[in-house]
Amino acid sequence: MNNSQKQLPGNGKQKERTLDIVNRGLKKRYRAERRFRFYGLAAIVASMVFLSLLFISIVGKGYTAFQQTFVRLNVFFNPEILDKQSLATANYQGLVKMSLRDMFPDAKSRRDKRMLYGLVSSGASFQLRSMVLNHPDVIGQTLKVWVPADDDVDMLIKGHFDRQVAEGERRLKDKQLTWIDRLSAEGKIKTKFNTTFFTAGDSREPELAGIWGAVVGSFFTLVITLLLSFPIGVAAAVYLEEFAPKNRWTDLIEVNINNLAAVPSIVFGLLGLAVFLNFFGLPRSAPVVGGLVLTLMTLPVIIIASRSALTAVPPSIREAALGVGASKMQMVAHHVLPLALPGMLTGTIIGMARALGETAPLLMIGMVAFIVDIPAGFTDPATALPVQIYLWADSPERAFVERTSAAIIVLLAFLIIMNAAAVILRKRYERRW
Amino acid sequence: MLLLGFWLAFESTIITHLVVADLPEAMRNLPAAELNLKVNKIRNLVSENIIAGTVEPQVQAAADHYRNLKATSNAALAVVVISSAILGLVILRAKITPTLRARNGVEQIIKYILIACSTIAIFTTIGIVLSVLFESIRFFQKVPVTEFLFGLKWSPQMAIRSDQVGSSGAFGAVPVFAGTLLISAIAMCVAAPIGLMSAIYLSEYANKKFRAVAKPLIEILAGIPTVVYGFFAALTVAPFIRDAGGLLGLSVSSESALAAGLVMGIMIIPFVSSLSDDFINAVPQALRDGAYSLGATQSETIKQVILPAALPGIVGGILLAVSRAIGETMIVVMAAGLAAKLTLNPLETVTTVTVQIVTLLVGDQEFDSPKTLAAFALGLLLFLVTLLLNVIALHVVRKYREQYE
Repeated sequence: MNNSQKQLPGNGKQKERTLDIVNRGLKKRYRAERRFRFYGLAAIVASMVFLSLLFISIVGKGYTAFQQTFVRLNVFFNPEILDKQSLATANYQGLVKMSLRDMFPDAKSRRDKRMLYGLVSSGASFQLRSMVLNHPDVIGQTLKVWVPADDDVDMLIKGHFDRQVAEGERRLKDKQLTWIDRLSAEGKIKTKFNTTFFTAGDSREPELAGIWGAVVGSFFTLVITLLLSFPIGVAAAVYLEEFAPKNRWTDLIEVNINNLAAVPSIVFGLLGLAVFLNFFGLPRSAPVVGGLVLTLMTLPVIIIASRSALTAVPPSIREAALGVGASKMQMVAHHVLPLALPGMLTGTIIGMARALGETAPLLMIGMVAFIVDIPAGFTDPATALPVQIYLWADSPERAFVERTSAAIIVLLAFLIIMNAAAVILRKRYERRW
Repeated sequence: MLLLGFWLAFESTIITHLVVADLPEAMRNLPAAELNLKVNKIRNLVSENIIAGTVEPQVQAAADHYRNLKATSNAALAVVVISSAILGLVILRAKITPTLRARNGVEQIIKYILIACSTIAIFTTIGIVLSVLFESIRFFQKVPVTEFLFGLKWSPQMAIRSDQVGSSGAFGAVPVFAGTLLISAIAMCVAAPIGLMSAIYLSEYANKKFRAVAKPLIEILAGIPTVVYGFFAALTVAPFIRDAGGLLGLSVSSESALAAGLVMGIMIIPFVSSLSDDFINAVPQALRDGAYSLGATQSETIKQVILPAALPGIVGGILLAVSRAIGETMIVVMAAGLAAKLTLNPLETVTTVTVQIVTLLVGDQEFDSPKTLAAFALGLLLFLVTLLLNVIALHVVRKYREQYE
């Protein structure tokens, strides 16, 4: 560091003084110091930039999905089509087509008509159907109905559509564009809050696809995970921390837990596939199996967090409890556990948040199926929110990109809430002994 | 006395539960012995479901018989439950003497439950090893181990007919592993310097306020689900790199290893930084003070005193990060390709072990073709490699922790 110290003092005329050598080098050393400091700051700034880029790109892509474009149709609920006997199976598609034809009589040829029908989502007929079934008195009337537009129209209205591209390569043709322009000039197109996105299951049509099915699937999975992993994790931590003798066996368990915490999640998926599905014959795609696999995955996290919460409880409390005649089990159950519980809960919430974001093991046990229905129980086929994101990310339609981003926003919102709960819990109950 | 009463109530309910669990099984066995084939039909009849076709008289009789059995078994159930409850009551009643240490007994039982819970970790490990090993052995019966480990060609698509082109799949795992290593290396090139430098800055330079803000923000990066990173890599980073490469006149594949590695590196930054942070903080203050008193600047102290002192811990942390990079799935599934190429060019598309496992297993129901079994063999290798890295890293970290305690 300071090699100038080796020089002997005294013979000043030939050799310069130590201080001069130090001073000469000082400027350079300070520069190096500043440079090093700058590198450190730059590293932090870089990770902040990555973080903000991630958020900006996702929010920027996704916020439009909370709006959906609707088209206003003048629907005449024709009593000839809507036969009272078979209202559920009547030709509602025909109603939609008829009102579209009324709006644009210039569409004569078969091709034009098909293009015209393509402006409105195929979900429009279901909407009319539920309208008629709920209020049979609309039959015979002409009503103004807002129906969801097709995803291509939606993209055009939201400005994700390039009109400059040659007509052959566009998803909307020139004729359709002029129709849409006329509609928006007449105020017959508008964007409303997209409730479908939060209430529907998956769909092949972006404008009808929603995340509710995936959210419910995730919920069932997490319930199983929580019910299994919290008691087991706490029990294991209590045993290892309070009762276990220090011997080779408990050492083995400890090493095992630490290793399991670092095993890739996809390996847990392989375990689930081989053991739960093939060996025990549990149903594929079911939240039960997903919950079991995620339990095995989050257990190490919970055990490690619970153990550190238990060690934070001072020995004086244990000794006091034992001193007044409590048994070891009573000491743990009545005194140590309540004091360690906030720490354990914090660890559990963090583990749950990780389980909520986990995708890879769920892919292995078949929770990637295309499932339209909203799961009603623990053994129904279901997907989870992150898996839904993965599925939508693979879809080619432009409209699915914004749905994916919106689903990610929802997922991140859940995670932020969970982590905030953990932080608040820690702040509130954390005690320094 | 109160505790004894509690135990009594608890014990008798357990016995009741056991009996209830036992009886339906016995019930199920009886009709099964009589009419093995028609059991289902009978069951349907009993529960008054609609059955297609006419109901034969024998089946009808069997169903009646089933109903009778059910009634008698219900009666038997009640009798057995009540008698066993009384029996348990009597036995326990007899046991209640002043010398009985009930608390000890109950606590012993609870202790065994606790032990059982703590061994689940071991069973999980055993389960992983067995399940993966079992399928891998079946795979290696079809494909020799040496071909799997040293083969240079990977194309697991088995043709349906034997005369099709490429009917015999090639299972050489080397290109798959090369791809994994390439992406992990890119990730570490991003994560190691950034993570280490930010840890140094946070623990040595930053004031308390800055640290309190910056540290959680960096940790957020670790909390974001990997599927989100995958989406980010596939839709934002990869096109950006492709366009940037196009401007420079390079041909970049749209599923380049660079994009996946870069994003994976971002994900790993917090692992490196928080672990290194811990270890840098664990270096005793006396070492710093000694260096300052010799006239070293802060950066010289860090570079020549603190980093060497914390090095084993930092290396351990980086090894843990590498094992995470190797096992990471979603980013590579969404951003990296499927083609197994033996290349070191980060602009080309490569595939990884986890990608292959996912593509081989998702949506496949049969479990005897080499294609699906290969996924388990890859899983075995993945498990072993990450296990090795983890064991080494944890050992290093542990040893280092003891050094300064």
